[in-house]
Amino acid sequence: MAETGIGASVKRKEDQRFITGKGQYTDDINRPGQTWAVFVRSPHAHATIKKIDASAALKSPGCLAVYTGEDIAKDKVGPLICGWMIHSKDGSPMKAGVHPALAQGKVRYVGDHVAVVIAETLAQAKDAAELVNVDYDVLPAAVDVATAQNAGQPQIHAEAPNNTVYQWHLGDKAKVDAAFASAKHVTKIELTNNRLIPNAIEPRAAIGEYDSGQESLTLHTTSQNPHVARLVMAAFIGLAPEHKLRVIAPDVGGGFGSKIFIYAEEVVCLWASRKVNRPVKWVAERTESFLADAHGRDHATVAELALDGDGKILALRAKTKANLGGYLSTFASSVPTYLYAPLLSGQYDIPAIYCEVDGVYTNTAPVDAYRGAGRPEATFVVERLVEVAARQTGKDPAEFRRQNFIKSFPHATPVIMTYDAGDYGACLDKALELADKKGFATRKALSAKGGKLRGLGYSAYIEACGIAPSAAVGSLGAGVGLWESAEVRVNPTGSVEVLTGSHSHGQGHETTFAQLVSQRLGIPIEQITVVHGDTDKVQFGMGTYGSRSGAVGMSAIYYAIDKVITKAKKVAGFVLEVPHDTVDFKEGIFSSTATNKTLTFPEVALQAYIAHKFSGQQLEPGLKEGAFFDPTNFTFPSGVHICELEIDPETGATRIDRWTAVDDFGTLINPMIVEGQVHGGIAQGVGQALLEGCVYDKEGQLVTASYMDYTMPRAGDLPSYNVAMLGTPCPSNPLGIKGCGEAGAIAAPAAVINAITDALGHEDIAMPATPRAVWKAAQKAQTKMAAE
Amino acid sequence: MYAFQYHRPQSVADAAKLLAAGGETKLLAGGHTLLPTMKLRLAKPEVIVDLSRVAELKGIEKKGNALVIGAMSTHNEVATSAVVRGAIAGLIDVAAGIGDQHVRNRGTIGGSVANNDPAADYPAALLALGATIATNKREIAAQDFFKGLFTTALGDGEIITRISFPAPGKFAYVKFANPASRYALVGVAVAQTGKDVRVAVTGAGSSGVFRHKAAEAALAANWSPQALANLATSAGDMMSDIHADAGYRAHLVGVMARRAVAKAG
Repeated sequence: MAETGIGASVKRKEDQRFITGKGQYTDDINRPGQTWAVFVRSPHAHATIKKIDASAALKSPGCLAVYTGEDIAKDKVGPLICGWMIHSKDGSPMKAGVHPALAQGKVRYVGDHVAVVIAETLAQAKDAAELVNVDYDVLPAAVDVATAQNAGQPQIHAEAPNNTVYQWHLGDKAKVDAAFASAKHVTKIELTNNRLIPNAIEPRAAIGEYDSGQESLTLHTTSQNPHVARLVMAAFIGLAPEHKLRVIAPDVGGGFGSKIFIYAEEVVCLWASRKVNRPVKWVAERTESFLADAHGRDHATVAELALDGDGKILALRAKTKANLGGYLSTFASSVPTYLYAPLLSGQYDIPAIYCEVDGVYTNTAPVDAYRGAGRPEATFVVERLVEVAARQTGKDPAEFRRQNFIKSFPHATPVIMTYDAGDYGACLDKALELADKKGFATRKALSAKGGKLRGLGYSAYIEACGIAPSAAVGSLGAGVGLWESAEVRVNPTGSVEVLTGSHSHGQGHETTFAQLVSQRLGIPIEQITVVHGDTDKVQFGMGTYGSRSGAVGMSAIYYAIDKVITKAKKVAGFVLEVPHDTVDFKEGIFSSTATNKTLTFPEVALQAYIAHKFSGQQLEPGLKEGAFFDPTNFTFPSGVHICELEIDPETGATRIDRWTAVDDFGTLINPMIVEGQVHGGIAQGVGQALLEGCVYDKEGQLVTASYMDYTMPRAGDLPSYNVAMLGTPCPSNPLGIKGCGEAGAIAAPAAVINAITDALGHEDIAMPATPRAVWKAAQKAQTKMAAE
Repeated sequence: MYAFQYHRPQSVADAAKLLAAGGETKLLAGGHTLLPTMKLRLAKPEVIVDLSRVAELKGIEKKGNALVIGAMSTHNEVATSAVVRGAIAGLIDVAAGIGDQHVRNRGTIGGSVANNDPAADYPAALLALGATIATNKREIAAQDFFKGLFTTALGDGEIITRISFPAPGKFAYVKFANPASRYALVGVAVAQTGKDVRVAVTGAGSSGVFRHKAAEAALAANWSPQALANLATSAGDMMSDIHADAGYRAHLVGVMARRAVAKAG
């Protein structure tokens, strides 16, 4: 099975249907009697709704209904929830405003849902939506996270004075202050982690469908976690009892976090389908995606690093204002707190860390998890601090990092985490070698001859993946457990269906999960089907985010397979007429020291179902087992990325010339897919560093609301990647997997920015480092150099 | 998109008749500006006259000393034309640098010129090369054609039929692309024919494409990038947006002009 088992670069099974146009995305699905929903969205960032007049819309051809916040409140549906409780440093719970699925009395960002129009066709729904007359009283808007808490700023939610949701902290302030007081050198930086708009290639979509016969609801939706969506919609939003609600997330074209959350449109389509007693379909247009998908990042941070006289890091201190947008999205509160501050130790032995985070409402789209979620923000803080500190103290940035690396494991940081394993020095050595650091000076001189500035930047990152164990996240405020479940169903002919609570939206689970089964049961990969994304098929699951499907989801499959093998050995014992504890199972063959007969896996599967060789009192017929897996710790992937780039000082254009990534993801199931994840992650990180910047104007209008103004990375913006992997197994799951989905996006921004500052002679530069910004920084650097 | 009437005439005469027939009528060439605007419901024409089947608007040929390009020639047809390469090779770069391959397969020179987007590439090339725009009614010199942002000398019922470029001595176009849209953030076309030097700038000017007289004078005296070393471009006349402020644009005009001269040889 080596060619399809663990460690083999098997081509993706799912690609056959994707590249032949046979994928079934939500928009490919049309239900009998289907109607269309179009949302009337707020054109204002902040306004009170004085009156909504739908009379003209209701007379428009094909229009079936217009619903507003008043209607949904009357039916007691909603509001949307934020599923992670954060407490402020004074012990008070976070101050969350109400998040209705359709605005009630007030709108809080451009794109906020004011009303929904249901019509026979999409065009008719659009026509009618234009006729909905909303009378607004426009209010001043608080848009900028840096100033939204100031006195005199517009108040967005009555529940949250000064637009402050929480003032949270982590770490030992007194110890940190003492360390800073005794420090020989302090490095202080201010930085912005720029706001990003996710832009999955498939826009969000939803079809709500009410079955009056069963009194049940079905939702087809673009979700990364259909069971969580069902749980929230049943238990908190009140759409239907959990057993009367089916959520199907079919093929999903990318999520990057933005499809984790439970959105207003899904709730409204379900609710409205019951009201009009017909299926209701909504598909986002790209403009709606820009306006109303949860955005990512958006931090303003001041950070300091204290060093002793030898360059040893003594302490780190950070104060962050995190923009949460106009409402709290599903996991918004956790991203800038528990997914951020616990990573501020990076790969370094830092005895004392203290971090304060203010969660801030602004009149912008909700902000929530986006590829990396908190960890890219933490890595950017740590890796910029370390870089600047090394330069300020005259040390080589690589050697300064090495000096401060954690060198023994397990290592308890001062911010919750206990890192289980790693070899950061080996990773750095390998990266320096692959990046040909020795030849850099020559390459830099060559660039200079052509009038170009060459720079090299490091990023030594760590991330915490898996987002489990459940008891640990529960103690930190999570509203759910973060285990995963699996069921392995063996058919009488020996083929296997794996039902998983993980959800694939580009990750290739149909291939990698099948590889695990192929390896362990010794059957061809073609005999294995992976089923996911339907709450009526899979019993329960927590979904896919936080690089958890390998470490947590596959581990559940692993243990379900264990149980299948145990049962199958018993069956084989009866068939071979030997004691079952003498039965051995290897590479698909059952054997026993007590006989020279053997059985294949399909033979035993058939025997399990025909049940001729044992009585029901001795053994239950059938072969189907399930498992829930809750790990003992987060996993800690880590790595070193080195970016080498060239700047044209005349134009400010930056060209990335080389990229070296040495990552430690533990066990690799499919190296090709892992490498693809690294490539994609780096592309997103380069996007953040050089290209992508979400811009709202002072009135809260989204300026970057299309691809004419929002710059996505293109192939031409990216280099060829030099990728290598170390394989230190993760001790907290049976497969040794650490997770790889977010690493690139976490590592890349700091590597790019450190390289640019290296090229420009250590000037600071904000993200995105656009040509204009780089040109301006280059001008400043040249003026400074000339003065010196 | 709102409902509209759709016509696909076979001749310029028929297209002109439809254009004169009344109602808010738009000509559809490649559609790369018009159709997205209609899809977003920002434009609501009552009548669309699709020019894609008007054979007389196609074709690229050399006529005497002039390169003549039919208005409905796509950017891809221009970019891959042996006739263009033989006549004005620098025009290949202009066409090949517009949008991406999908855009180039649909977008047309006539559509681009008629739209006169202030960040489009062709207007700079036409202005620098002293092209002549022929319509169903008259011929218009490029110098008199471009009248400001999205504004041209075209009158009611006028359809661009072909564009004629006198072959220059030297010509090149260099642009610095907007990182998001890939339109020109600053694009500079330079042409030299005998003593006549023209420098046209697109993407940058607050009134659209313009001729850079100071650059022309400097290059007329000394055709070399060095002649533009101290070129002054007034930031006051430049556009400013989230991608580039006026000062950066003014700076880039000088950089792109020098690179264009170097490229033209």
